[in-house]
Amino acid sequence: MSSAAPNIASKPAQRSLVWRRIRRNPLSFGALCVIVLIILAAIFAPIVAPYDPDLPDAMTAFESVSWAHPLGTDMYGRDQLSRIIYAARVDLTVAFAATALAVAVGAVFGAMVGYAGGWVDNVAMRVVDAVMAFPAFVLAMGITAALGNSTVNVALAISITQVPAYLRLIRGEMLRIREMEYADAARTVGNPPWRIVFIHLLPNCLPPLIVQATLAMGFALLTMAALSFIGLGIKPPQAEWGVMTAEGAAQIVTGEWWLFLFPGLAIMITVLAFNLVGDGLRDFLDPRMRGIR
Amino acid sequence: MSDLLEVSDLTVHFQSDAGAIEAVDHINFTIRRGEVVGLVGESGSGKSVSSFAVLRLIRRPGEVKSGSIRFDGVDLATLTEEEMRRIRGAKISMISQSPRTALNPVIPVGKQISRLFQVHEGVSGRAAEKRMLEMLDLVRIPDPKRRAAQYAHQLSGGMCQRIMIAMALATSPQLLIADEPTTGLDVSIAARILDLLRELGSKTGAAILLITHDLGVVAEICDRVVVMHAGQVVESAPVRDIFRNPAHPYTRALVGSIPRVDRDVTMMPIPGSVPSLLNPPPGCRYASRCDHVTEECRITRPSLVLRATDHAVACHHAEDLQAKGVAA
Repeated sequence: MSSAAPNIASKPAQRSLVWRRIRRNPLSFGALCVIVLIILAAIFAPIVAPYDPDLPDAMTAFESVSWAHPLGTDMYGRDQLSRIIYAARVDLTVAFAATALAVAVGAVFGAMVGYAGGWVDNVAMRVVDAVMAFPAFVLAMGITAALGNSTVNVALAISITQVPAYLRLIRGEMLRIREMEYADAARTVGNPPWRIVFIHLLPNCLPPLIVQATLAMGFALLTMAALSFIGLGIKPPQAEWGVMTAEGAAQIVTGEWWLFLFPGLAIMITVLAFNLVGDGLRDFLDPRMRGIR
Repeated sequence: MSDLLEVSDLTVHFQSDAGAIEAVDHINFTIRRGEVVGLVGESGSGKSVSSFAVLRLIRRPGEVKSGSIRFDGVDLATLTEEEMRRIRGAKISMISQSPRTALNPVIPVGKQISRLFQVHEGVSGRAAEKRMLEMLDLVRIPDPKRRAAQYAHQLSGGMCQRIMIAMALATSPQLLIADEPTTGLDVSIAARILDLLRELGSKTGAAILLITHDLGVVAEICDRVVVMHAGQVVESAPVRDIFRNPAHPYTRALVGSIPRVDRDVTMMPIPGSVPSLLNPPPGCRYASRCDHVTEECRITRPSLVLRATDHAVACHHAEDLQAKGVAA
């Protein structure tokens, strides 16, 4: 390769390549658009939402779908659409915070454990096995029941149930990557172990981590909604999808179908979108495609 | 001048389920300051293991069983891990077998070099980058600024090897271990890399330990040669003696197996392969492949004996063989 050779990795060419590969997977791309829309709606909730989500209005209680209230109103006459939009703020924030915390803790400890190997690895993996032996949801329930169900505790509970998965994932990657030649090379030039682990090797473990984290976002959201549904998550006056579904479920028998259907749909669409994006990312970050990037 | 590196009686074992594998068995060699020494032998003869042992980077299941390695007068075994870490990359550096996989795929190559300055010399990021670009210039990488920002997979094999050399020489080491630096490169690139190594070696005064199985490479740039077979040093001599006056049957066979186009001689491959290092035979490890084998060879192990100035051989019959010439 001489310096006169055309630069095959020029910026515009790279961009069109990425674009082409995104278009190859329209489903995931659509899902990504949905997520972006939901995030935007959550951020600009005060502008997007037609009503105040927490303002009761006795005159409009239990109104069905109409032009004034596209998704109907609840028993206090609060606008369902506005509540769903505001609820996205809580749902996304908690799911994201829980996932981020779990990823950070899992990646740091997983990397150290995987690199150290030996008995350290053995002990850590048995602990992970022990935590994973509990059904994740039951564990999360137990934690919020014990600590009290504040928003922070809900995030914490979800994140604790997820840490073992990341720890195991990164530990496995690290076991493979520490045997790579560039790991040897990093050792031969006298890097201290922490630099080798966190600066040289951990970045090489990221692709599967990103995929796992995206898929887990959907799972975190679902866990949170489920916790709220049974009353161990976010507490009722707060607009939250799980809470709203629970409130709506009580009204099924009296025929107010919109009260549980729309929050339920919001959960379903968001979780599905995260899963589709995670799936698309898996294809996108496939190691065999790394050369093109 | 005292010796820069003095390896004496070094033994490295690898534990396997079937028992200990004696990958390196009581080897001795020295490297003087500024000297280019070739470490030659077949695959599996313990060349790379020896070099890793010098850096004290033998990891489980490997283990250094005995011997000492003195570098610049200091016994490396007595250093703490922290002191050893400061020697690696700063005083002894290494060029690995496959440059492309030895470069980290997610860090731009330039950054991998400039970080060395930061780690070993504690200089600022900007100063490190400036020196990194100087290094790239030194190993003749065209358009260093652009190359520095690229990743290993965007560079050719020769280019990656230049990056590795730049990295190895960045901190002006006293000893450079080059582990088969030209495998996987085509002949013309390989020749240029060797020239570059030799030139930069004499410019910076670094001694080079060149690990290779290619005697052509040895003839080109080495001052002295250490021949290894099955984890043992069988002969060490100045490069001229190795080619003109080889004493050990294995060295003779190696020299005889060089393809020649200038003379009408048949290339002689060496029969057999390196014996299993799991419970190796008690006598000479080359006995099973040797044409000149006698009963003595199978029973007692020949030790490395100085035959002439700087010329040591481990063979019971070296004297007789040398008298007969290179006709192997």
